[in-house]
Amino acid sequence: MRIEIPQLSVVALVGASGCGKSTFAGRHFLPTEVLSSDFFRGLISDDESDQKVTPQAFETLYYIANRRLDLGRLTVIDATNVQKDARAQVLKLARDQDCHAVAIVLDIPEKVCQARNAARSDRTVPASVVARHSDALRRSIRHLRKEGFRYVHVLKGQEEVDACEIVRAPLWNDKRELEGPFDVIGDVHGCYGELCALLAKLGYSVAPDAFDAVPPAGRTAVFLGDLCDRGPRNVAVLRLVMNMTRVGRALCVPGNHDVKLLRMLGGGAVKPTHGIDRTKAEFSAVDGEFAGEVEAFLRGLVSHYVLDGGRLVVSHAGLKEKYQGRGSPRVRNFCLYGETTGETDEFGLPVLLPWADEYRGGALVVYGHTPVLEPELVNNTICIDTGCVFGGKLTAFRYPERETVQVAAFSEHYPPVRPLKPPRVGSAAPDDLLRIEDVLGIRRISTRLRKVVKINAENSAAALEVMSRFAADPHWLIYLPPAMSPCETSQLPGFLEHPEEAFSYYASHGAEQCVCEEKHMGSRAVVVCSRDAGSAARRFGVGDGSSGIVHTRTGRHFFDDPADRDAILSRLRASLDASGFWERFSTDWVCLDCEIMPWSAKAQKLLEDRYAAVGRAGRTGLAAVGETIARAIETLSAAAPPDGASAPSLSPPPAPMLDLSGLLERFRAREDALESYVNAYRRYCWDVKGPEDYRIAPFHLLATEGRIWFSESHLWHMKTLGEFVAGRDPVFIATDHRMVDLKDRGSVSGAVKWWEDLTGSGGEGMVVKPLDFVPMKGSSLLQPAVKCRGREYLRIIYGPEYLLGNGMELLKKRSLSRKRGLALDEFALGIESLERFVRNEPLRSVHECVFGVLALESEPVDPRL
Amino acid sequence: MLTITYEGENAADLGYLLHKFPYRPQEFQLNWGKAYVFYPEISERRATAALLLDMDPVGLARGRGRGGGAGLFDYVNDRPYVSSSFMSVAIAKVFGTAMSGRSESRQELADSLLELSASVAMLPCRGGREMLESVFGPLGYGVAIETFPADEMFPSWGGSGHVCLTLRGMVRLSDLLNHLYVLIPVFDSRKHYWVGEDEVAKLLRHGGQWLSEHPMKAFIAERYLKRSRPLVNMALERLAEANAADGEILPLGPEEASDFPERARSLNAARYGAVAAELKALSARKVVDLGCGAGGLLAFLVRDSQFSSLAGMDVSSDALERAEERLKLKDAGDFLRGRVKLFQGSLAYRDGRLEGYDAACVVEVIEHMDEPRLEAFAKSLLGHARPRAAIVTTPNREYNARFPGLDGGKLRHADHRFEWTRAEFRDWAETVAARFGYGARFSDIGEPDPAHGPPSQMAVFTLCG
Repeated sequence: MRIEIPQLSVVALVGASGCGKSTFAGRHFLPTEVLSSDFFRGLISDDESDQKVTPQAFETLYYIANRRLDLGRLTVIDATNVQKDARAQVLKLARDQDCHAVAIVLDIPEKVCQARNAARSDRTVPASVVARHSDALRRSIRHLRKEGFRYVHVLKGQEEVDACEIVRAPLWNDKRELEGPFDVIGDVHGCYGELCALLAKLGYSVAPDAFDAVPPAGRTAVFLGDLCDRGPRNVAVLRLVMNMTRVGRALCVPGNHDVKLLRMLGGGAVKPTHGIDRTKAEFSAVDGEFAGEVEAFLRGLVSHYVLDGGRLVVSHAGLKEKYQGRGSPRVRNFCLYGETTGETDEFGLPVLLPWADEYRGGALVVYGHTPVLEPELVNNTICIDTGCVFGGKLTAFRYPERETVQVAAFSEHYPPVRPLKPPRVGSAAPDDLLRIEDVLGIRRISTRLRKVVKINAENSAAALEVMSRFAADPHWLIYLPPAMSPCETSQLPGFLEHPEEAFSYYASHGAEQCVCEEKHMGSRAVVVCSRDAGSAARRFGVGDGSSGIVHTRTGRHFFDDPADRDAILSRLRASLDASGFWERFSTDWVCLDCEIMPWSAKAQKLLEDRYAAVGRAGRTGLAAVGETIARAIETLSAAAPPDGASAPSLSPPPAPMLDLSGLLERFRAREDALESYVNAYRRYCWDVKGPEDYRIAPFHLLATEGRIWFSESHLWHMKTLGEFVAGRDPVFIATDHRMVDLKDRGSVSGAVKWWEDLTGSGGEGMVVKPLDFVPMKGSSLLQPAVKCRGREYLRIIYGPEYLLGNGMELLKKRSLSRKRGLALDEFALGIESLERFVRNEPLRSVHECVFGVLALESEPVDPRL
Repeated sequence: MLTITYEGENAADLGYLLHKFPYRPQEFQLNWGKAYVFYPEISERRATAALLLDMDPVGLARGRGRGGGAGLFDYVNDRPYVSSSFMSVAIAKVFGTAMSGRSESRQELADSLLELSASVAMLPCRGGREMLESVFGPLGYGVAIETFPADEMFPSWGGSGHVCLTLRGMVRLSDLLNHLYVLIPVFDSRKHYWVGEDEVAKLLRHGGQWLSEHPMKAFIAERYLKRSRPLVNMALERLAEANAADGEILPLGPEEASDFPERARSLNAARYGAVAAELKALSARKVVDLGCGAGGLLAFLVRDSQFSSLAGMDVSSDALERAEERLKLKDAGDFLRGRVKLFQGSLAYRDGRLEGYDAACVVEVIEHMDEPRLEAFAKSLLGHARPRAAIVTTPNREYNARFPGLDGGKLRHADHRFEWTRAEFRDWAETVAARFGYGARFSDIGEPDPAHGPPSQMAVFTLCG
């Protein structure tokens, strides 16, 4: 006997003790699919027959059953299930999890059960209990269906049990194997003319009079329901959709209007409201046979479909993640009507819970039902009911292209019940209040470049404080720059870092060309600039009237005074206006990676308290020391010890004699080192009296509307920024750079010379980047950039005297591996956050990555690297 | 570098007093480097000894374990160039015998008041030059000070905070050395080693009599012991014992006084009192304190049995650890641990854990958030958590006129992002209340000033309907 059960279901094995349930289960299901009450009794009390722990055993069993079904795993309840109240628990489980309950009854004669029980060595059930079970079972069997089991299979006698074969069938809504491409079409409502026009626009060969349309090769149309009511040609729409679905050119899910029509066709009473009167009038003119066909068609519609390997879900009124691929009356209701609160709004329409605002699922949900002015993309859901019948548009959503194709309504066929709402998009969408559970604790963030980046709980905790207390409005934070590693430590004497190491790193990893960019010594900043406050509010969802931001690498406002920020942004905007940037990139915002100078502008307090203080203490202190030693040398040479003063007995015994001239020489050298150190930091300091005193060097054009620019080479970035941003306003400067051909020794030594000149005249150093923005070797990511800092500059990092004595040897023992790992993780997260932003993903999804970078930055790594 | 000059007959006798022969420059090995003693000047009437420290900056930064002393041992560090606790250690090591007042051959001289001067090069001086006068003056020194610009190329950066200090007086050499030993770290205030109980013993050994009579002894003890309250109290008690006549209440040094004025203490009590009274009146049983910090308000509320369930949320895990300690939760019984919960969270994020409370308290917290982020705060608290009541307190900016030094628009705390007038607070509170279906009423916290109102203000939001 072959029985079919749904792939996702709760299976209750029903039978007396000793009927062979466990053996049966073992033959047909995975051990992990079978939850046996005996097993759970044993798990809790070490005794499978200890009836005292039955309540705890079932509590645990059902807890685990729920967790399995949360994940959509078939679950078998291996208990006797002969009592009605025991089965009620199984049915509740199935209902709570919106899946079908299946009963498989093992109807074995009582005497067989008794004999098996008696033969058991491990434990026995009293004969009276077995008798009671058999009796209860006999009286239960015919009620099982009525109790709520969707499928009941009774296996009568051992022979049938042994011969049974179980086949698992996918649910009707499970069409994962269909990969599309699809053209999903919103609520048609009898707008036949517009529907034919739309299909034609989508490339279908439409035969309006034959009520048929043939899609371009490979494509399938998907109708989101509400085919009828309100519009002028309801029957024509039904004919066409039925014709297309019959031959597999289209799929169709039911809408609430279709279900109402079904009720009407079945002879039920329907109120003649919301436009069904028009459909009814049309049906009075068609023959009964067609009405029967429509009725059968509508009755056969499945509430929703899961398509393309689970990546796409279509449903009339949308669908929560936990209902996707499930089957229950509750799921069907959601698909037809959405989740209602029971209230009605001022237009008499039911109030819907904003399920899309809360949606977190991985599948894209395409739905209709609620008319909007333009398709509304919120949290990986898109509503494409654009109110055609109300004089709006009929919209198709092309999948996987994610494009919309629209036809304007030929006329207002029906007065709108309520005004159509404007759509909300991406970060400006309503789910813009971030949730704590999206950032706190251990996080695993999926990125395109590095698969999963793991964030430890203590780093999340540290980042929460920084993000909450110091960072700017998360709406503005779409990117935090990654850490950058220095090149490997140089083996050359007197050099901690040298370009040769940077070049050999890339050469040995297969890169042929590098770009060397001058490293400006200022403060890293990210600039996001919108064309105006209105576009900022629309695209970024900011509510404070700001039109852009300049923020530090930890997400803090760069400028303490918003007026300074606005001054810089308006200068940038003027440059972008003048260069035609907005038009060239079809965007009304831009995100730039920059260095802002002078260093002193941001590091003023650090300079005063630390750098200048050390310089002062060192210079004045060492000068005084030098002078004092010199005087001592003079004193010693001028005067011999007076008589009687020689070698007094002293305790403790005399310490070793000191060579004062050697000491003087050493302290003079230290004094010189301090002078060089002060000169090193002074180059990066000047007074800023107004915005015009800043120098801003953009070096990456990160993103504009709809796209990121990581696919372009660094040379392109330099050129584009030079053309569109730098040079028009003295504040915005270009970055000096040069190409290096790693195979050409001359080119390499030329670059080394360039670096030597740059750093010799006080520059910080350079950043070496492979030509590709996202450099890969095979499937692994290379360091996107390494820095190579100058000898003089490094005094600011490693102290004024790091070149003296044997300090350098100590410093060369530094490990870069942790820093490099972080640099890659942060780079992957940075790109990921921008990609998510330009894809219009919700704020939380962008914020997750930004928060991740901040969290990684709290990882203790040598800050001098 | 420290130099000590003796002016008097046979000035070279300084060598006997210091136990360092004037014509023999010497080198001493210390844990973290070397010290040298040599004499830049020796004449009939005048002799100067120099104690020079020589630290290797890279070794200093490298040698210590990670995280030791929070930046104290960083590479870019003034330690190698200044007179600090390293100098005190060197004085004790190199001039130990002289410090004890013993001299084998010149004991009489060691016991006499001599015309001595000492120059301390590059003393990091926190507390300003007046403080140098008031600390060294009572010990009988004339004080001369030289100060320096941080960087002469950038006059706007101000002074470097270092001084070259010269003390001159008729004093025993041992006293001079003890004074320097104790007082150099008082001005530098960044000791290079852990300050524990044995520091109290050192302070008493080297301070002893002169410190117990010093008018600034509380300040000196505070600074010397790095403001560790228990240690300072221990030291002051023992100094008072040493000086039985002393029954006065010790004033705090001026800097400490401004850190935590008495006024602030009583305002805080008034604030807790007002919040607790509101909670009582609201019959709130389940209360959450948002931004609970180190648990001050919770410790106040936990005593009242009306509050059957208390929770504290803070963004800082350090603060929560302090709160846990303060409320003694770690080893408390199940009842108390069930009654008081602490968790990390943020007012800028929606948080399901905040749902279901009768009342939420947000006491002196909103002014620590950037104003644009109050939108998220209002949404998460009033829009999502929706407690029956919410109590929000914040300083009243108008009252700042009553604080000396807060004129000219300065805020009360360096981390305050804004402070609101009564009208501004009322305006914000009424707007968000209306938006989220709450009513708002307002009251004063602390003694109101007739013109400027109360020091702090409170809004009570109650859910309508």
